[in-house]
Amino acid sequence: MDKLQLTDQGHLKHFISIEGLSKNLLTEILDTAESFAEMSAQKVKKYPLLRGKTIAILFFENSTRTRTTFELAANRLSADVLTINIATSATAKGESLLDTIRNLEAMHVDMFVVRHAISGSAYFIAQNTAPGIAVINAGDGQHAHPTQAMLDMFTIRRWKKDFSKLRVAIIGDILHSRVARSQIQALNILDAAEVRVIAPKTLLPAQVEQLGVNVAHDLETGLKNIDVIIMLRLQKERMTGALLPSENEYFNSFGLTRKKLAIANPDAIVMHPGPINRGVEIDSEVADGSQSVILEQVSNGIAIRMAIMSMVMQAGGQH
Amino acid sequence: MTNIIIAGGRIIDPANQIDQIGNVYISAGKIVSVLHQPDGFTAKLTIDAEHQIVCPGFIDLCARLREPGQTHKASIASETLAAASAGITTLCNPPDTQPITDTSAVTELILDKSNRINKAQVLPIGALTSQLEGETLSNMVTLSKAGCIAFSNARQPIKNSLVLRRAMAYAASHNLLVIIHPEDPWLSNQGCAHEGAFASRYGLPGIPETAELIAINQAIALAELSGCRIHFAQLSCARSVELIAQARARNLAISADVAIHQLAFSEDDIPIFDSHYHVLPPYRSAADKQGLIKGVAEGIINAICSDHQPHDIDAKLGAFPETEPGISSLQSMLPSALKLVAEQALSLSQAIASMTHQAAAIINHPGGTLAINSSADICIFDPEQVWQVNNDNWLSQGKNTPFWGQTLKGRVTHTLLNGSVVYCQQPLSL
Repeated sequence: MDKLQLTDQGHLKHFISIEGLSKNLLTEILDTAESFAEMSAQKVKKYPLLRGKTIAILFFENSTRTRTTFELAANRLSADVLTINIATSATAKGESLLDTIRNLEAMHVDMFVVRHAISGSAYFIAQNTAPGIAVINAGDGQHAHPTQAMLDMFTIRRWKKDFSKLRVAIIGDILHSRVARSQIQALNILDAAEVRVIAPKTLLPAQVEQLGVNVAHDLETGLKNIDVIIMLRLQKERMTGALLPSENEYFNSFGLTRKKLAIANPDAIVMHPGPINRGVEIDSEVADGSQSVILEQVSNGIAIRMAIMSMVMQAGGQH
Repeated sequence: MTNIIIAGGRIIDPANQIDQIGNVYISAGKIVSVLHQPDGFTAKLTIDAEHQIVCPGFIDLCARLREPGQTHKASIASETLAAASAGITTLCNPPDTQPITDTSAVTELILDKSNRINKAQVLPIGALTSQLEGETLSNMVTLSKAGCIAFSNARQPIKNSLVLRRAMAYAASHNLLVIIHPEDPWLSNQGCAHEGAFASRYGLPGIPETAELIAINQAIALAELSGCRIHFAQLSCARSVELIAQARARNLAISADVAIHQLAFSEDDIPIFDSHYHVLPPYRSAADKQGLIKGVAEGIINAICSDHQPHDIDAKLGAFPETEPGISSLQSMLPSALKLVAEQALSLSQAIASMTHQAAAIINHPGGTLAINSSADICIFDPEQVWQVNNDNWLSQGKNTPFWGQTLKGRVTHTLLNGSVVYCQQPLSL
């Protein structure tokens, strides 16, 4: 991964996965995002950093939140933004992924932001784009969602400062979650004291401990001593594959309620990458409660994406 | 047909326990003598095999030629030439051709074409069920008469155990061999990588070891019930080897092979999302790889095959799960086997035996030996010659190999089929 993502000088030229990135680099991303977040609080929110650059936001899979925050981030950096929803575009007519990319390259696009349903798609695109074009992974299959993980790290750092003392629980469908994979990598690189996953065995990948986590199968034991709770969205289709009996039973075992939240440390924060299934993985009372930082995650998404976009563009310029 | 002497090579013929330097004498397409010159024998052609190894031509139990139906990937002509350059004189073609090998017409087409090209003997494997759909039996007796040497459903599942039971019982009535590619389709669930650390890290849909173990247990139980002779193709798990050893201890007629590349790679060797390592069954753990090598060394796995699957470039150009599985492997088979010999995982004799007479025995083929009067199907190779995998040297139409650009050690210099030189690395001087 390093060879693909980093320049010879160690700067970020693509952002495909958290895997293999150093603690210093992750910290640099968080620090850069911090400066953008401060600027966003001002009246004029636009900066000329990417003026004259064209960014293509390619979504082969639907998403409102991620796409919107990428668009806003690109706009605030003064880039020209082209959003293409491929579900209704050429690949639906049989054009290959590579042909789509080649065509956009011919239009002198400087950066691709890619969301795709198949693991490895962003990696494949980064391998096959012309030199100088940056690729940012906005989520590929079940592999990685590194910008989401970084905005979560940003949110955690704002609330908790020091990662080394933190015990973080990730709850829900780890098996199918690109968000969880990236979060686990980021937390381990940032030296979190413990990363714990809480899920039934049907929603955990094989040899999950090798990802660098402890495992619990119920909230009662899993939430003890926890400082940060990350809830994952439960996809409805999980009920059909015999992975879970019902939403109801899932909520009873793994849904975060006020009572369950009380098991964690009193100052624990509650996070969720969105969109929330109220009453399936989280109770409204908790989602909207004082310990929830869910909406803050959304705002932080813009600053993180501005940081990453500006960093990969700068590295591309040096290359 | 000329008289030929293969002179001064190290003759390794595991079927006859020969490992000695000397000459092989060929006349009228047959081996007439090994080591001892027959009275009055004069040769029109002498092949200098000094510092080389002379062994029976390899018998490959599974190589896809892509013809009929997928000649954009490969053809009988291109792949039998590649086979000849790899010392392979006989290869078995699985039934997942297009159209499927479930009629005499397709069987005869493959045989006619390969006989005409005459670079390697091609033996079609017939479909076990019509259209490989796993529902009705194919015309096995008719197909057998047309030239199919065994029956399998290739990698298509037979979901209904009753159909598999009856297919085995019918095959057993006619003493036909059934080849099983063991994979429970429900558990494999369209996965593309071993359900282990690698798949978990990269979010790839996994295929558990259990998918293979359940299918093996099922097939063994049904073979026991039906009295059918079965062969397991391309094992991937160490525990599969144990299951087969146990079944054989009960005197069941069960054999097994492994793809050479399963002995070369494990999941730990896969570069991130590199589609050239996308194979089915998937590369499993390092312990599985070791278990498979041990299985060959101990004779529980009878044969090493190429599991050759040539592809066009587009088939491998995409995100890992979307690419087509399989590697082009005819020409890397011998170098990979020799690497295992160099690592002392197998003896040279074991490696050759598993690609010659032990493979032949599974399909009741008379070849794989240098016995007197057997057909002169012979491979001569230089175990020290180093060569690069590139467009000049790689004859298969499928360039989909993880070895592309790399240097391999061990190269075939001559291949003889029925006493004719069908491949020669350097032009022959008569």
